[in-house]
Amino acid sequence: MNLSELTVHEAQDRLRRGETTSAALTEAVLAQIEALDETVRAFVTVTADEARAQAQAADARRAQEGADAPPLLGIPAAIKDVVNTKGVRTTCSSRMLENYVPPYDATVMEKLNAHGIVLVGKTNMDEFAMGSSTEHSAFFTTRNPWDTERVPGGSSGGSAAAVAADEAVFSLGSDTGGSIRQPAALCGVVGMKPTYGRVSRYGLVAFASSLDQIGPFTKDVTDCAIVLEAICGHDRRDATSAPQPVPNWREEMTQSVKGLRVGVPKEYFGAGIEPEVEASVRAAIEQLAALGVAVEDVSLPHTDHALATYYIIAPAEASANLARYDGIKYGYASQDAETMWEAYSRTRGEGFGSEVKRRILVGTHALSSGYYDAYYLKAQKVRTLIANDFQEAFARVDAIVCPTSATVAFKIGERVDDPMSMYLSDLYTLPCNVAGLPGISQPCGLAQGLPVGLQFLGKPFDESTLLRLAYAYEQASGARYKPALTSGAAQT
Amino acid sequence: METTVAEKYRTVIGLEFHIQLVTESKMFCTCSAQYAAHPPNTVVCPVCLGLPGALPVINEKVIECIVMAGLALNCTIPEYAKFDRKNYPYPDLPKGYQISQFDLPFCIGGRLTLDEEDGGRTIGITRVHQEEDTAKSTHVTAPSGERYSLVDFNRSGVPLMEVVTEPDIATPQEAAAFGRKLRQIVRYLGISTANMENGAMRCDANISVWPAEASMGDVKVEVKNMNSFRSVERALEFEQARQTRILEGGVDTRITETRGWVEATGETVSQRTKEEAHDYRYFPEPDLPPLQLSPQWVSGVEEKLPELPAAKRQRFMADYELSAYDARLLTQSQELADYFETASARAKNAKAVANWMSRNLLQRLNESDTEINDCPIAPADLAELVLLIDSGEISNRTAQEVFDHMFDTGKSARKIVAEQGLTQISDESALETIVAQVIAENPAAVQDFNQGKKRAIGFLVGQVMKATRGKANPGIVNQKLQEELRQG
Repeated sequence: MNLSELTVHEAQDRLRRGETTSAALTEAVLAQIEALDETVRAFVTVTADEARAQAQAADARRAQEGADAPPLLGIPAAIKDVVNTKGVRTTCSSRMLENYVPPYDATVMEKLNAHGIVLVGKTNMDEFAMGSSTEHSAFFTTRNPWDTERVPGGSSGGSAAAVAADEAVFSLGSDTGGSIRQPAALCGVVGMKPTYGRVSRYGLVAFASSLDQIGPFTKDVTDCAIVLEAICGHDRRDATSAPQPVPNWREEMTQSVKGLRVGVPKEYFGAGIEPEVEASVRAAIEQLAALGVAVEDVSLPHTDHALATYYIIAPAEASANLARYDGIKYGYASQDAETMWEAYSRTRGEGFGSEVKRRILVGTHALSSGYYDAYYLKAQKVRTLIANDFQEAFARVDAIVCPTSATVAFKIGERVDDPMSMYLSDLYTLPCNVAGLPGISQPCGLAQGLPVGLQFLGKPFDESTLLRLAYAYEQASGARYKPALTSGAAQT
Repeated sequence: METTVAEKYRTVIGLEFHIQLVTESKMFCTCSAQYAAHPPNTVVCPVCLGLPGALPVINEKVIECIVMAGLALNCTIPEYAKFDRKNYPYPDLPKGYQISQFDLPFCIGGRLTLDEEDGGRTIGITRVHQEEDTAKSTHVTAPSGERYSLVDFNRSGVPLMEVVTEPDIATPQEAAAFGRKLRQIVRYLGISTANMENGAMRCDANISVWPAEASMGDVKVEVKNMNSFRSVERALEFEQARQTRILEGGVDTRITETRGWVEATGETVSQRTKEEAHDYRYFPEPDLPPLQLSPQWVSGVEEKLPELPAAKRQRFMADYELSAYDARLLTQSQELADYFETASARAKNAKAVANWMSRNLLQRLNESDTEINDCPIAPADLAELVLLIDSGEISNRTAQEVFDHMFDTGKSARKIVAEQGLTQISDESALETIVAQVIAENPAAVQDFNQGKKRAIGFLVGQVMKATRGKANPGIVNQKLQEELRQG
């Protein structure tokens, strides 16, 4: 077995037993990147030299600390290029920040660095996290390791593809409307969006502040719990960060699911869902029932309005969040302008891609004098209704189970010129962000040879139940999903 | 009877103040708010530079300062408040929006009553809210002719308090008086230096003139760039006259616009019209959760309020029997009032201390452009001077001389009196000798006195004082002269 194929907990065990070193593990992952990334194109920046140095340091630290070494010590990881990494360029896959090297680490990076992870690189994404396929990256499109003619999903497509292709043992993404769960589903890995406020947003380049949340991509549910424990926790530098204790999820997830109640929302199996996707998800639900989980139908009646609500609130916030990119302090600056105002419009006109500009325009319009009440204010009211739907459902069930995406990975180019069809890719993931809830996606089968995602949505701060359900399903199904591309790709 | 131009029109003025708060750290980060002495762009961090990914965190001290000001201005403190983003692009605004407060500010619906001397009217306060300051732009033209702008982010994120009045102000003089009163209160609270000159306190004014009998139209002119209350008064006088002249012309050609005051020419010039005005697209700041200010917390702040100028003035009149004029003068600032109370407690003669302060001390401070805190005469020293007079050790006339020495040298009264031998001569036998000598040397005056010109005695007293270099106790001299002359 190639070391790059290991999960976090498998690598951990070998490192602890002294059967391998972080240096060897890192070399295996870098070799995999070397072998595959020309095809997959998951990475915007590969930090091979830094990674080797960090691996050496991790091995030295392990020699010192032994059994006390933190769980992620020496584990090679990839980080979505929207999370600030001190000294390593953080582009948001935008021309605007193509050469931007942040002077500080995001809180999640401080936490991971305290664990002693090995950063192998920064991953590709849709520009400023706006998109569902990475086709809106200003640099290139990431390929789905299961079929390189297809998208990996997005916006965190690079992070999902990197883990699926064993180019990282785990990775981080950000999820504003499904940007972790949808690519996790399309690439056949586990992806979680924690409850809004669970993970500090300090240092996450903002897309939509009230919706953004950082979360992990992993090869299995156990890894998800391990990484989650490392990145969660209250942060004084983020006023929206929740003062919630971090549970021992790795232990809690192993509790029996017998007697748990899950709700199946009929609104998540509507027109547009691919029959094979539905079949896989329904089969998974049956498997849960066989484990003693009580399954019942629930309704989330305002689901239809989630898309419209999201596409007002997210662009509105984005229009302000992206106002800072003016070419004056950092980032791309047009050199042709005669006046300050011309410099502004040229810099932003040339530095942003079309999807980003579309959303800035929509958001600016929605907040404009005379339109605010009809759009932004109304959207906030509907947002409350959507959250109430979930609250009512959670009075009856412990979690919601549904597909992550109505379709398997679509072909590159298929939706990129039709914003509406692209936006529909996130139909089943958006409501969770709008309501601020936790959600997890895990693979539950293949349809036309491509992974299908099973999604659990939970009560605020009840990641524990989601991990229990996901772990129980993973154990019961016994399947491990690996794209053919990865096998024997790198010779080490 | 013909009405004058002044009677034909009424002026409507509303004011907006931006006041920098003197907190240790900035509004949303841990950078020092005391940036003035530092080189440009050295008191900065990812938050106040608006770097990608940085987030604001509220400085609670700022909220306390603003609520304190609101309470001092008789505002209501609503239980819920929130922050909003005010969007507009400019290089001195690093995030492209300013964190401010739109529809749920910390303080609403207050009032401030002006001193009787300033007309005594009560001016409504619409709101007091929080904003963050911008960076500072400097526009440069190089000797080569190249023009560029420099931006210093040290000021970025410094907490500002905005105070907005109702359009209750009727004259430029009243506007200036309101500004001074507000400055006085803010300084009493110790929440700002409130200096107009260095921009720690900034004033924008909305002014419009209307026919006295007609209702107000919707034209409003905003005047900016005034860096003293004198400028506020002058700019508004100019604007009042300009608008009145337009109305007198018969056709109202005024437009809603922003005009800048140009100190050098004494004029306002148009800067921006309504068509060019920004749509700020306010919306709730998603990075900062709404705040709930409990009544208990607000009462806690209220308990920290110091005695305010109006109450202090009343107390000085009642407790120290000061005139309204002296009481106002001595309560100008907390520091001056404290000086007075410290000195009068030691001297046990408040009126004398008040007199020395209002007639001498303030003048000397003014002439030398010295703040009361830097006064070379400590309160205890002024008290000592008063005690020396009250115990008869020095004459009032000598005291004046001693006071000037004290101010010039910082020495104590007793030391100056000792060094210069200024102790009053009250020794009767010593004075009798001098009186006898003066009588002998001034026969003409003695003759005048004896012929009934009683006033001649004044001349003779003066001669005794001259001979003693002012140290003779004038009461005893007078008495001795009367005795000697009657005998003679």
